[in-house]
Amino acid sequence: MQPFTTHAGVVAALDRANVDTDQIIPKQFLKRIERTGFGQFLFFDWRFLPDGSLNPEFELNQPPAAGASILLARRNFGCGSSREHAPWSLADYGFRAVIAPTFADIFFNNCFQNGMVPIRLDEADVDELFKRAAAAAANGGQYRLHVDLQKCTVGDDAGFERSFTVDPFRRHCLLEGLDDIGLTLQHADEITAWEAAHGLPAAAG
Amino acid sequence: MPSAPRTLLDKIWDHHVVCTPPGELPLLYIDRQLVHEVTSAQAFEGLRLAGRRVRRPEATFATPDHNVPTSDRRLPIADAISKQQIDTLRNNCREFGVRLFDLDDADQGIVHVIGPELGITQPGMTIVCGDSHTATHGALGALAFGIGTSEVEHVLATQTLRQAKPKSLEVRVDGTLPPGVTAKDIVLYLIGRLSTEGGVGHVIEYTGECIRSLGMEQRMTVCNMSIEAGARAGMIAPDAITFDYLRGRDFAPRESTGDFARAVAQWETLPSDPGAVYDRVEIYKAADVVPQVTWGTNPAQVTGIDAVVPDPAAFADPNDRSSASRALDYMGLAGGTKIVDIPLDRVFIGSCTNSRIEDLRAAASVVRGYRVASTVRAMVVPGSGRVKRQAEEEGLDRVFREAGFDWREAGCSMCLGMNPDTLAPQERCASTSNRNFEGRQGKGGRTHLVSPAMAAAAAVTGHFVDIRDWRYKGEVS
Repeated sequence: MQPFTTHAGVVAALDRANVDTDQIIPKQFLKRIERTGFGQFLFFDWRFLPDGSLNPEFELNQPPAAGASILLARRNFGCGSSREHAPWSLADYGFRAVIAPTFADIFFNNCFQNGMVPIRLDEADVDELFKRAAAAAANGGQYRLHVDLQKCTVGDDAGFERSFTVDPFRRHCLLEGLDDIGLTLQHADEITAWEAAHGLPAAAG
Repeated sequence: MPSAPRTLLDKIWDHHVVCTPPGELPLLYIDRQLVHEVTSAQAFEGLRLAGRRVRRPEATFATPDHNVPTSDRRLPIADAISKQQIDTLRNNCREFGVRLFDLDDADQGIVHVIGPELGITQPGMTIVCGDSHTATHGALGALAFGIGTSEVEHVLATQTLRQAKPKSLEVRVDGTLPPGVTAKDIVLYLIGRLSTEGGVGHVIEYTGECIRSLGMEQRMTVCNMSIEAGARAGMIAPDAITFDYLRGRDFAPRESTGDFARAVAQWETLPSDPGAVYDRVEIYKAADVVPQVTWGTNPAQVTGIDAVVPDPAAFADPNDRSSASRALDYMGLAGGTKIVDIPLDRVFIGSCTNSRIEDLRAAASVVRGYRVASTVRAMVVPGSGRVKRQAEEEGLDRVFREAGFDWREAGCSMCLGMNPDTLAPQERCASTSNRNFEGRQGKGGRTHLVSPAMAAAAAVTGHFVDIRDWRYKGEVS
């Protein structure tokens, strides 16, 4: 997994609540059997018009979001289906962090498996970030944030800085780019002991 | 010293913690993993690349359900990519020794229908699947939740999962169910009250007289939609209804050996102890619930059949207001429209929420002696091969067919439209499924979530009707 230590990038402001994983990646693109190549389908039904051209109304297609790598959204981001295709498509598109007041649980966990940081900030702080992004866009510019996972902070160059919390183990794995399965297999003896204590025959695998 | 009173969640959790290494998340032992074609290919591929095996093939059960055709199974699958995904599942199961209920297996079906039906799901177990509706299995008193594909791979390789313990939320529904109101109406009502994120970080335990009175399949309907309130899982304490349901099922402990009686004695220890403390408690009255219909693009955007589509301006919260406004725009509805005045083009009866035999019986009893409205195309997709055969033995297929419904093969079908069963843009559907998200049943399609009886009645009249006023034309034999 790609480690995450610090990241600075352009913010794409998606001012919507309850963005579900069906919107992040519609079902017609779930039939691939690879983990890669999903970025082209990200937000497909919002991003593209029926004739296949880019929808100029959609936030990600507008100049302030060009080259964005940090997604800003409203509460309950990633709700609905468990499809890991959602973080796969966000990461493949180029996002390294998603900021929202709240996230759906399964999506939140899935992010950590894909080198992407989900950052929970207070609703008021998220409001403030939307304001700052809108102000930058109104001036024809882009809004940038930097994320430091060592210090667990997110901030801009104009005085905004907040800390966020993240489970220490998830943070450690992300900082080091560790393979979860490899770590767990270090406890294979404990798993075997649990199975034996609960009357299960020895595992085949 | 006696131990402190514990909840159902506490008991299952404590039992399954393998270890909590310092500075790490607990490792939770997983008793069963269910696998389907859409979220497993990359997990098996990961095992292959790392030279790993499936640790417990016998604890792993697979079936194709999400994108299988529901038309004639003898025909080849027309969609080449769907076919590749189903072939990949077949090859992976063969290579890794996993039991597969394949397309031509009499027991194939929606993974959350066949798990309980075959007795694979049992009280007190931890069960995962790469599917958010895994919460369904909690109806039998299991801790069951959806996971991502990386976690699917983790469980395949280690039979454990890294998990922080979720919080507990007791949702108590007091009183008895009013006539015409079903489990689907209860859960839609609860989601409307809890909101789509009300359960985030929590496992819901449904309690109270109303919940206890529900049959096993209705309990599954309730637990199934826990994720729609944001909850990690939903569960109901096992009782005599649970044990009676499981007795004699293929993978349940055998009665003849005494294993079943021993299992029941164990399962009886699972319900939350008197005085057990939940992190949060919400209390509702069954008497307040009327038949529900969603009007928007998330399941919390729901109201009663006797109400009107709300005016977005009436929402105090700006997020809710803009969501409602976007939703009505997408749904092609105006605030103030009576729910019963909404006309329909399609009706879908099926999905892991409502495709079991009791759901089909309820729908058939409404339809019996009537015809589907000329403006409506209606279909019934049983949840499994077993449900289909049972329905046919009871003559339900004839009731549906004679009324003008399509009678299909088992699968997820138009719940998510990964197979050819989809809505056309702007088609409006009364659906017994679980999600009314934009484009869920087909790009531009408009979904209203309802109970099987409400969907059946809407098919006949061409618009929503209050099922409490329905004139039934005789019992289904």
